[in-house]
Amino acid sequence: MIKAILIFNNHGKPRLSKFYEHYSEDTEQQIIRETFHLVSKRDENVCNFLEGGMLIGGSDNKLIYRHYATLYFVFCVDSSESELGILDLIQVFVETLDKCFENVCELDLIFHVDKVHNILAEMVMGGMVLETNMNEIITQVDAQNKMEKSEAGIAGAPARAVSAVKNMNLPEIPRNINIGDISIKVPNLPSFK
Amino acid sequence: MPAVSKGDGMRGLAVFISDIRNCKSKEAEIKRINKELANIRSKFKGDKALDGYSKKKYVCKLLFIFLLGHDIDFGHMEAVNLLSSNKYTEKQIGYLFISVLVNSNSELIRLINNAIKNDLASRNPTFMCLALHCIANVGSREMAEAFAGEIPRILVAGDTMDSVKQSAALCLLRLYKTSPDLVLMGEWTSRVVHLLNDQHMGVVTAAISLITCLSQKNPDEFKTCVSLAVSRLSRIVSSASTDLQDYTYYFVPAPWLSCKLLRLLQCYPPPEDGAVKGRLVECLETILNKAQEPPKSKKVQHSNAKNAILFEAISLIIHYDSEPNLLVRACNQLGQFLQHRETNLRYLALESMCTLASSEFSHEAVKTHIETVINALKTERDVSVRQRAADLLYAMCDRSNAKQIVAEMLSYLENADYSIREEMVLKVAILAEKYAVDYSWYVDTILNLIRIAGDYVSEEVWYRVIQIVINRDDVQGYAAKTVFEALQAPACHENMVKVGGYILGEFGNLIAGDPRSSPLIQFNLLHSKFHLCSVPTRALLLSAYIKFINLFPETKPTIQEVLRSDSQIRNSDVELQQRAVEYLKLSSIASTDVLATVLEEMPPFPERESSILAKLKKKKGPGAVSVSELEDGKREGGELNGGGERGSDPSAIAASNASTPSPSADLLGLRSAAPIGSAAPSAGSLLVDVFSEAGPAAPSSGANDDNFLSSAPSSSSLGSEDPAPPLPESDELLNKFVCKNNGVLFENQLLQIGIKSEYRQNLGRMYLFYGNKTSVQFTKPVEPLVEGGAQVQQVINIECLTDFSEAPLLNIKFRYGGALQNITLKLPVTINKFFQPTEMASQDFFQRWKQLSLPQQEAQKIFKANNAMDTEVLKAKLLGLGSALLENVDPNPENFVCAGVIQTKAQQVGCLLRLEPNAQAQMYRLTLRSSKDSVSKRLCELLAEQF
Repeated sequence: MIKAILIFNNHGKPRLSKFYEHYSEDTEQQIIRETFHLVSKRDENVCNFLEGGMLIGGSDNKLIYRHYATLYFVFCVDSSESELGILDLIQVFVETLDKCFENVCELDLIFHVDKVHNILAEMVMGGMVLETNMNEIITQVDAQNKMEKSEAGIAGAPARAVSAVKNMNLPEIPRNINIGDISIKVPNLPSFK
Repeated sequence: MPAVSKGDGMRGLAVFISDIRNCKSKEAEIKRINKELANIRSKFKGDKALDGYSKKKYVCKLLFIFLLGHDIDFGHMEAVNLLSSNKYTEKQIGYLFISVLVNSNSELIRLINNAIKNDLASRNPTFMCLALHCIANVGSREMAEAFAGEIPRILVAGDTMDSVKQSAALCLLRLYKTSPDLVLMGEWTSRVVHLLNDQHMGVVTAAISLITCLSQKNPDEFKTCVSLAVSRLSRIVSSASTDLQDYTYYFVPAPWLSCKLLRLLQCYPPPEDGAVKGRLVECLETILNKAQEPPKSKKVQHSNAKNAILFEAISLIIHYDSEPNLLVRACNQLGQFLQHRETNLRYLALESMCTLASSEFSHEAVKTHIETVINALKTERDVSVRQRAADLLYAMCDRSNAKQIVAEMLSYLENADYSIREEMVLKVAILAEKYAVDYSWYVDTILNLIRIAGDYVSEEVWYRVIQIVINRDDVQGYAAKTVFEALQAPACHENMVKVGGYILGEFGNLIAGDPRSSPLIQFNLLHSKFHLCSVPTRALLLSAYIKFINLFPETKPTIQEVLRSDSQIRNSDVELQQRAVEYLKLSSIASTDVLATVLEEMPPFPERESSILAKLKKKKGPGAVSVSELEDGKREGGELNGGGERGSDPSAIAASNASTPSPSADLLGLRSAAPIGSAAPSAGSLLVDVFSEAGPAAPSSGANDDNFLSSAPSSSSLGSEDPAPPLPESDELLNKFVCKNNGVLFENQLLQIGIKSEYRQNLGRMYLFYGNKTSVQFTKPVEPLVEGGAQVQQVINIECLTDFSEAPLLNIKFRYGGALQNITLKLPVTINKFFQPTEMASQDFFQRWKQLSLPQQEAQKIFKANNAMDTEVLKAKLLGLGSALLENVDPNPENFVCAGVIQTKAQQVGCLLRLEPNAQAQMYRLTLRSSKDSVSKRLCELLAEQF
């Protein structure tokens, strides 16, 4: 079973956290910090597995992670999962994000947390893998987006009109969005294939 | 086209996030967040009804704030309101908020459940999936109560969409995990198994997780999944890489599903059906062959996926542990990976080899890789990998390579990572003890351990070396000499001082003849460390000093002076001061004789088993103790005490494994041991020898003294003590269990033995619970030791080969405070335990009764009632017997009639029983008829004692 899926950047800022077992909010934050501490001090060429931190079950659980550009993707799993299988799963997740966001980067995860959650929900449910086929996942996400658009077409029109007007008055907004707080460059993930 | 168009986001949310990201300090961030929280709160509380879009926006903001690690204590109600929206976007964000933020004991669950119920009934697949996700994410008991009945229906309904089926399968799994009692098996179970055949691979992917979990808990109900899984696996493995289209991942067909199928098969023993097994072996061979083929792609993902399957296949081969050919191939494959340039593969190969090392078939093959593993321990850059290498060295260690492995582990310890040092120290200590042939090597090793990693040497380790030195007089002189030398080092660890103080205090006299280690030199050496030590060590040293006074009267003035000095006699520590005062007085007033008696050499320690092992297990946590370690624990006692060869009979291993029930291994042990059955002519003297213990002075004659199931009594008579004859009351104890399966078998002032047993057809399993009623450790019944007040469990598997009349014997030996206890009992296994009840009508019964009319087929007894003749009690007893109690068969309603079949491996014996109570005379007449005379006779004997 997958106990938790965490994404954080090179500085330990969480970008996604999804726990499939219940922990208190404080413990969740501590787990994220502890996991970052364990994972970030590892060299680049070492293996992708390590024993979990004490908070998330110690040696009964494994942390399986991949490091892409500015982001760490960490899956905490118990012994019933295949380590290499989980590595593949992380890859499928990232490739799916890359297709959905077109060259995904850290900012996409920041500004579209809800979308990332939705994409993840198409893959993993209650700690178990629901689907591993990328095309199937993307089909589902597309279908959702279509529904969203059709709804936005009727109900979202006024709101979008307002926001369009506001946007005209505040031309500096988009620039603000792109300025990072901690001077992260926004490199794209290595393109696949 | 990207699936998420970036321009469509919510502007207010984007602005808020940018603001946060622009904050220069943590304080500014908190300020901005608090401002936003206040804003949202006022919006939620305001009079103006919010439209769906705004609600969604604010809920998104709350989610973002939560991700940053801030508590969110409001907004739940708004999120729940969003659930009942019929717009997908709003519903979806509501569900997202709830699955991230609502915990399982929230009061809102009832409202949420209501929304879920509506969505499940909506027949809109998207809404249904959202609802199922929410159940799976929250998974509370209330949700299980509300939906555990509904979800299996959705899962197996013919018209359910594939995507909904997938979600339903995992949702059900989640509920089963949180509230197994609420998920009732029903007619859906067989249909769930058939989901393995589903056309849609996604459905199979989701269903297999569910089936695996259910099979682990109810293996019998789900047995059919084995053949289905094998055929599915075989179709995947033999397919070309293009056959499965989207489920082909970097040229590997359905790697995830293959792994999961192989995992599912690991829940079961090898298939019994020859055709299924053949097909599976073929699959496993194909997977092993594919590993040797050139890769279809250079991408790491390709080899990754391929190897994921390969490692699972190897796990399955190790799990079956029955195909020597495949095991050797698996071992060779892992051997290749040990030198692979991918770190991940080296890591996994080391890990898999650890389990392989405990298989009898491959232990030797694993040992051939010792150099590679040692090299890995020395040169790997990654601590995770080094740790696995250390684990594997520990697992592959045996008498032949112990010295090499211990030496390598010691040298690794010098620069080992801090995180694994303590575990390494324990492992070295265990190996050194377990495989010590000469004890000087053992002493050297432990002292080296203290020298190299003294901080990590726990008390258990140094206690243990002292126990062993005290109990073995051949090593005492050497130990004294070695600690004396070790103490000469200018800086030595405090643990070394403790060991040194203790050993010189006891055995310093053995080296005092050498002028270089004269008594005074010994004392001065110890005392030079005194001031650098902590209070407990100083206290220990003071005791060593008083022992010196006894050993070497010439040191008395020097030592008395030390004791008399202000720093001792007025020490601020009470314990030290008291010792100094008392020892000083003792040394000045007691006569030499009294002194010699008080300060006599320590008697041998009664405890013979290592407490270090227990420590290692504790450290690794309850779940992490591998079977091999438990097994090791049992080997240990035998080897240290007797120094005998380990039995190479694999059945002995299977049997010693008994405290961890594993159905595949234990039956193996039984067949060779055959505890029951007249197949062995001397059935009466069959012996279940739980742990025959070689006493401290046991000759190292090679007694097989950790072989707890020995079929021939002679094998245990090789040991130093013969099993005691059965206790006189053991027949009575046996009779207590004829009509019941659980209870207390035996009890005296020291020990209580409880029994739980279950029988099915000709097989049985018995759990023995040994409870220590004292507060002192018992050494060597089932586990290496039983702590005071504690209980250990042992499992015995039983197969009835043919009918029998003598119960198997259970011999228990253990040490309590140095005295050997030897108890032999009859195991309450009687022939009636293998009854299968048979229901039949009156007519059938009498027809059969007449068929069994030969005089030898009948056994009859007339006897006096020992207890009150209560109908209900009699009924209960007859039911406990195991046969069917037939109503309305006998024309006389006072009489009892039973029918059943005794199942043995050799044959089935039909039995009919009639019990006629005579209340006036307080007598019974019992008549037994069966197709085998010995069975009638034995049953009659057993039953006559029951009423």
